[in-house]
Amino acid sequence: MAKTPLQFRHNGRDVAIFVDGGTNLLVALRELIGDMTPKFGCGQGGCGTCSVLIDGELHLSCLTLAETVAGRSIETLDGIKDGPNLHPLQRAFADNFAAQCGYCTPGMLMAAKALLDRNPQPSRAEVIEAISGNICRCTGYEPIINAVLAAASGGRARA
Amino acid sequence: MPVTVKTFGSSGEAAAALSADRNARYLGGGTLVMRALNEGDISISTIVRASDHAMTRIEATGARITLGAGVTYARILAERDLAFLHSPARSIGGPAVRNMGTVGGNLFAPNPYGDFTVAMLALDAVVSVQGGLGSREVPIEEFLQSRDRQTGTLVLAISFAKPGSPDAFHYRKIARIKPKGGAVITLAAHLPMNGSRIVGARVALGSMAPTPIRARAAERALEGRSLDASTINAAAAVAVEGTTPGDNALASAWYRREIVGVHLKRLLSGQE
Repeated sequence: MAKTPLQFRHNGRDVAIFVDGGTNLLVALRELIGDMTPKFGCGQGGCGTCSVLIDGELHLSCLTLAETVAGRSIETLDGIKDGPNLHPLQRAFADNFAAQCGYCTPGMLMAAKALLDRNPQPSRAEVIEAISGNICRCTGYEPIINAVLAAASGGRARA
Repeated sequence: MPVTVKTFGSSGEAAAALSADRNARYLGGGTLVMRALNEGDISISTIVRASDHAMTRIEATGARITLGAGVTYARILAERDLAFLHSPARSIGGPAVRNMGTVGGNLFAPNPYGDFTVAMLALDAVVSVQGGLGSREVPIEEFLQSRDRQTGTLVLAISFAKPGSPDAFHYRKIARIKPKGGAVITLAAHLPMNGSRIVGARVALGSMAPTPIRARAAERALEGRSLDASTINAAAAVAVEGTTPGDNALASAWYRREIVGVHLKRLLSGQE
């Protein structure tokens, strides 16, 4: 079966690939572009570790048909750092011990970024809602929530 | 296994492609169809899409509300005129699922999903579908009863009369995980009042049968009465009538039967 050409922006850079029909965006990112930051967890939309931003909106890349992102802008965890400097959310996750096994961390960070991009000073309840689609099987939710709140307050408070 | 993806500019062309191929599925937000593909569902050989703007339109200013099938929950939550639907929209998924999932797709979501459809059933919605023979309007109850045979038809939109008063619409999803989780049961009620009497009571239940169903015995107990404690007790006592819930990891059928009346009573009396 013929492959389909696909172009989109990936972390600010134009990319062009060929995809098989039915390929999801997660596979396209990991296997065709080599961006390993979004993880495969469940493939069902239940865990959130494949979360990416599409035109600034949080989406599950495993449930996104790759062809539907033609011409759109995709942001993954790989793109949020600034050169050698970690993004404030990454810094806050490290400072607040918000990663245990780390498998949920890419999705947690993107969900948190989607929140802070819209709402730079969220309440605790808003943080909980924002990461409600992301499962941490180490059950380390409290340090994750604290890290997002700390990043929101510029790293000053250890909420 | 690769599948063929066909994208059309108009819903009519998409509907024709869908009805011509029994192994074709329409891709809306992807939360059902992509999930099936990821699980290796070999019954899907073709994905049909439509980029028709009519399918993502919201008409919410008048007395009759129309939601295009491709409208997401996130868009409903952003619409002030649809405030009465914010509770069902917010009860679904996390933010990513609400950015993706659509009201049209929700009509096909199996238990323990499909919460928004429970709200639509309580509002007596009409589903606009386009099949091989043209478009038609189907009452939502009839649509749900024949849902298994609807894979060849394209849902265009869902429409319903706006509740005369936002207080007349009640919705609650019972889930074990908060704020996100599959439903143990889902309840929605629309109780329009004429003076102090309920006229046109609708009570809809999710996860109490293979598809969302109306609790007709409870509706009869409410119809023509005022919404007082004895009426609510009478409706709660018969809420389970006609239901055929199943067992799943979230709850047993027995448990669902036990609690449906309790939660209907809480819903109608405004208790937490």
